[in-house]
Amino acid sequence: MIKVEGLTKRYGRTLAVNDISFQVEKGQVVGFLGPNGAGKTTTMRVLTCFLPPTAGTASLAGYDVLDQPLEVKRRIGYLPETPPLYPEMEVSEYLTFVGRLKGVTRSAIARRVDEVSGLCAIGDMRDKLISKLSKGYRQRVGLAQAIIHNPDVLILDEPTAGLDPKQIIETRELIKDLAKAGAHTIILSTHILPEVEQTCERVIIINKGQLVATDTVENLTHRLRGSEAVAVEVESRDGKLDAAAAQRRLEQVAGVSRVVLKQSLDERATFEVESLQKAAIRGDLARAVVESGWNLNELRPLALSLEEIFLELTAGESEVAAPAAGGNK
Amino acid sequence: MKNTWLIYRKELRSYFTSPIAYIILALYALVFGVFFNFYLRGFQQYAMQAQMMGRSFPMNINEMIVRQVLMDTSVIGLFLIPMIAMRLFAEEKRSGTIELLMTSPVRDIEVILGKWLAAMALYAVILVVSSVNLTFLFIYGKPDWKPILVGYLGSLLQGGCLLAIGTFLSTLTRNQIIAGVSGFCVSLLLWLLNSFTAFESTPTSKVLGYLSVVGHFEPFTKGVLDSKDVIFFLSAIFLGLFLTARSMESLRWRA
Repeated sequence: MIKVEGLTKRYGRTLAVNDISFQVEKGQVVGFLGPNGAGKTTTMRVLTCFLPPTAGTASLAGYDVLDQPLEVKRRIGYLPETPPLYPEMEVSEYLTFVGRLKGVTRSAIARRVDEVSGLCAIGDMRDKLISKLSKGYRQRVGLAQAIIHNPDVLILDEPTAGLDPKQIIETRELIKDLAKAGAHTIILSTHILPEVEQTCERVIIINKGQLVATDTVENLTHRLRGSEAVAVEVESRDGKLDAAAAQRRLEQVAGVSRVVLKQSLDERATFEVESLQKAAIRGDLARAVVESGWNLNELRPLALSLEEIFLELTAGESEVAAPAAGGNK
Repeated sequence: MKNTWLIYRKELRSYFTSPIAYIILALYALVFGVFFNFYLRGFQQYAMQAQMMGRSFPMNINEMIVRQVLMDTSVIGLFLIPMIAMRLFAEEKRSGTIELLMTSPVRDIEVILGKWLAAMALYAVILVVSSVNLTFLFIYGKPDWKPILVGYLGSLLQGGCLLAIGTFLSTLTRNQIIAGVSGFCVSLLLWLLNSFTAFESTPTSKVLGYLSVVGHFEPFTKGVLDSKDVIFFLSAIFLGLFLTARSMESLRWRA
């Protein structure tokens, strides 16, 4: 559905996006992930024909963004970072205007406005001036305007930025609903990871204009989490705990690659224990602690969240990240 | 065509939902009224003098009132027209709605024409409101209506030319004030160019003088419809809108 090849965008001397290539299939929900200033918005603006690429091509449903921008624009619904609203308009008036501009016919427009108002839960606000709306409602009106012409592709630039937690959840639900309907291919950009974990099937991670990784959420988590990490809290039964001794004992457990002392109090200490590849160590750890005469207060597996993956990938420190980056490029 | 109409309606509506249209309307009506009153009194006095001296002077309502008022109020137009045009693109750029327009399946020229026509429509409304004054001339006298019509056509053409330039300037900045002030400066310059022809007649001053909007507007107020002046204004409108189109395209490359 979307095909990007060797996309490069320069602003003067600044290289905003450098040689990015990826593809998105029809009906997929893709998260576009990266820290601020990574080039997410620029890439999206190229896809929406707002900016021309400096080099490379981008096409949507077979139409090139430079050669046939009108065809591309007809098929795209776009929500920029700040919803493009006219404050002096009423909500339904605004949606009618945008819908007609995007090519919804005169006979269909009233029905479409009804539909998207229902979908985005702005039915009560239809007769209000946009300038009177709260931030959350503005975001929803922005989303409604993006889907008014029932586009094949939805491009959402940080759809939850600046919303309160409740609104964030509602917006995510809305995006999920749209995705479930299956008619839309969705690209959403964000620097918030749980958002991607919750809403997207695939992730494209970019950093400093470079493509870092592109894969499904599970694969990415799995690929990076070859080893297991466990938090262990050990408590002495009689007074003071010898943290160093406890650490040595934990290191002796088979399959443990590294033990890090996280916190040490008088009678208890917390360690982070990492295992070798594919080794199951939790049972042995528990036994080792108990057999040494200490109490085992806590034994908790540490999931490597997308957040850490993201940090690892974008920080470029981890060796694990290298194959991930190379894999799909 | 449909898109131009959509943009036109949206722009016109936003003029009338904000105070700007009413402020300009009121200001122009006031100034027009004051000038009209002034020249009407002058005319009356002149008529009285003529009566007292028992001689009849050639007196012409068109020449002595309509023409003078149109000339004087066109100067006010230099201030007001940039105020109409300044928000057209600057506002969209500031609020980010330009991104909506430029990612919609709409040609740039459709957007530009829609906006310019809306500004023209507002200006036309202003002119129509001012013409209420002139109806008194028809009630109490017998002015010739054709020169008045030509005069108004001239006002409309001059307004269209300055609006096209103002539209262009509005694409250059996201600040309405800057767009308005620079629009005013350009208007003023185009007006002042006329003074070059006052004292010298070198080729340079002739060319500069030719570029003055006043020089081309004046014949209209006399009721003279000269194709030379019509073409001047039409080509100025075309130039302004053409520059707007180029500037809008370059927005994509600069943005």
